[in-house]
Amino acid sequence: MRVAFRPAFSFTLLLSFVASALTGASAQRPAQDHPGQYSAIDIETGSRLYAGQCALCHGATGDAVAGADLRRGVFRRSVSDEDIAKVITMGLPDAGMPGFKLQPSEIDGLVAFIRAGFDVGGTAVRVGHVGRGQALFEGKGGCTTCHRVNGSGPRVAPDLSDIGAIRTPSALQRSLVDPTSAMQPINRPVRAVTKDGRTIRGRRLNEDTFTVQLIDEQERLVSLLKADLKEYELAKTSPMPSVAGKLTADEQADLVAYLLSLKGTR
Amino acid sequence: MTKLTRCALPLALVLASFELHAQVTSDRIRRASSEPRNWLTYGGSYTSQRYSLLNQITPANVGRLESKWVLQNQVFGAWQATPLVVDGVMYVTQRPNDVLALDAKTGRVFWVYRYTPSPDARVCCGSNNRGVAILGDTLFMGTLDAHLVAIDARNGRQLWNTTLADVKLAYSITLAPLVVKDKVMVGVGGGEFGIRGFIAAFDAKTGTEAWRFYTIPGPGEKNHDTWKGDAWKNGGGSVWVTGSYDPDLNLTYWGVGNPGPDWNPDQRPGDNLYTDSVVALDADTGALKWHFQFTPNDAYDYDSVQVPVLVDMNWRGPAAKLMLWANRNGFFYVLDRVTGRFLSGTPFVKVNWASHLDERGRPVQTPQPPGSPTWPGNQGGTNWYPPAYSPRTELFYFSVWENYASIYRKETVEYQPGRNFSGGGFTVLTPVPGAPSVGIGRRSPINNWTNEVGSGAVVAVDPRTGERKWKFDQFDVTDSGLLTTASDLLFTGGREGYFYALDAKSGAMLWKASLGGQVVAAPITFEVDGRQYVSVISGHTLVTFGLRDGGD
Repeated sequence: MRVAFRPAFSFTLLLSFVASALTGASAQRPAQDHPGQYSAIDIETGSRLYAGQCALCHGATGDAVAGADLRRGVFRRSVSDEDIAKVITMGLPDAGMPGFKLQPSEIDGLVAFIRAGFDVGGTAVRVGHVGRGQALFEGKGGCTTCHRVNGSGPRVAPDLSDIGAIRTPSALQRSLVDPTSAMQPINRPVRAVTKDGRTIRGRRLNEDTFTVQLIDEQERLVSLLKADLKEYELAKTSPMPSVAGKLTADEQADLVAYLLSLKGTR
Repeated sequence: MTKLTRCALPLALVLASFELHAQVTSDRIRRASSEPRNWLTYGGSYTSQRYSLLNQITPANVGRLESKWVLQNQVFGAWQATPLVVDGVMYVTQRPNDVLALDAKTGRVFWVYRYTPSPDARVCCGSNNRGVAILGDTLFMGTLDAHLVAIDARNGRQLWNTTLADVKLAYSITLAPLVVKDKVMVGVGGGEFGIRGFIAAFDAKTGTEAWRFYTIPGPGEKNHDTWKGDAWKNGGGSVWVTGSYDPDLNLTYWGVGNPGPDWNPDQRPGDNLYTDSVVALDADTGALKWHFQFTPNDAYDYDSVQVPVLVDMNWRGPAAKLMLWANRNGFFYVLDRVTGRFLSGTPFVKVNWASHLDERGRPVQTPQPPGSPTWPGNQGGTNWYPPAYSPRTELFYFSVWENYASIYRKETVEYQPGRNFSGGGFTVLTPVPGAPSVGIGRRSPINNWTNEVGSGAVVAVDPRTGERKWKFDQFDVTDSGLLTTASDLLFTGGREGYFYALDAKSGAMLWKASLGGQVVAAPITFEVDGRQYVSVISGHTLVTFGLRDGGD
């Protein structure tokens, strides 16, 4: 459903600070050409500027303007950091975006904040080894029992092929340790019973006043009219088990590293 | 009915061609509600009730509505315009500042006027334009770079172009102008950029400015002392929704926007008049007759840019001239529009920024601790979306956001010309950190924010009690305006792209169509050649519905 995200192209600080710990896996990460480019101070500066100057239009989560999702690295036309800086400075008059007269350090801060996925505290999350994380994902962690990555695995739980592009490190760690507290409301498990007695279980994909769309346990896309249902329940608890107590802190860090490396297929 | 229409067709055609050349006099505008075949002003009439006497479409036959034509907008972004319809011709604006004249019966376009705003134009919340006004053979439109232009309604040629304010200071116009007698009135946007707001009137023939009322009094003017130091110079007070007019009182009423900086009231101690207020102005001179402030020293961006709805009804006995107002701050107000006296005020959604209103209508504010949620959230319990009032049901209808809160943060901000001057920010209360939160408009075809961060509804409120008579729930929030008719139908939409006909008495859904794009304006109704139509804008399309042939 959510394959519209363009692959993100940069990672910057969030991974670069552990770059020295990464050897074999670094080749697959495009952001390694500017290690240490941004500091935590840059990100913090950007965060403050963003709240004051940008959030009004782009929203607190960076996706309020159609066609742009700044936190997740989706832009209408920018590719490089220089492109982003130019858009901030010059604006996009035809799209209604004004130019901003900012100091170079302020521009750097905004770019850093955007590239950091709006995650000011993100540096606090330990990010381990991608290869080891992948092994955990496919083995001991049991993640592939429900999740799909790059075309393999079940579709019952959300496909994680681009999860590294759409979640911050701290959000991923929260998902692993306390899945319920991190479950996106749209993903809540549905249990519906039709008036003719059929029970349908699945994961919610969309809902409006009269209908709900989901993917059921047999991985079928299902659309239900609420008027046809005699029961409709959304679970507030995530069906995903926590890794706490099952994986060590090092293993969790490795898993986060692997998840962050998933940037979507081209 | 159908046969009669067919027999009358040749005659109707003659009449239609005659009417194409009729002048829209100020007297016709004053009596707009008595010619319901047309939609002559933004609010349908000077009362802004959005109530039409047309009754061909009824609860009994509304199920036979079908799409008659669609105008596809090729411009990106939310489409908030209210079209006008004048003797079979529809005038509608599209982003950024285009005007289209089309055949209201077929949707075919007669002409397009394009105005290119200055690249320096700055607007907080999208390149919106909410429509045109008409007088005689001339249309009037405010532009994103704070110009007022006059356009020949027959051929789309520009007649004059007046500059209202400096675009480099982020003044803009997004509202539809209001014509009163020989003047065209507009207000300016820019409340997030440290403007000093105003309402101004211009001679319709020449574009010469007749009067200007600043929404923030300057030194020496009454109520200037509700500001300290120089805060008044950049205090906001934008005006971005069309006002109303009472011809008997010769008063024009306008809602005024938030003070600046938006979220840091510490930088502007005092009540900050006339921000978050309604002002009643003499239509000939712009002199202030009275004001009523809804949210003194606002910390929440509770613009009072709702449409003033003028209603004559009995109030606690005698006949009264009232103004009904569901405010962004979550309270529903009834005011005496002759004097501005507060008559009643009741919360219509969850409110915790104030405990209650005192006997004069002033809120007793209860600011929440830093980091705690404030209800209603930043977009308010309602916002600019036009409400409706039916003199038949005596109910007031408007869109609300329920269970929606924001967490505000204030910061000191220094004024810099033309730059954002909001003084902090806010986040929307969500059940999960980082979960998608409801924003100014739909951002995805998937409802990925869900009703856990707020949901929408249309409510019918009895003005006499402030109580909800009924509620029509929607899963997503709604920015749709309302339209009601003499057949007790109520039309509305929402972000989900449904377009509804409700029973105005009970709120029961009588008919719906799934149009696919968010409805972020109010529907209108009109009549051509004896047939009633209803138009609504959904996403990038303007859809016009009429009854299917046959049936009754």
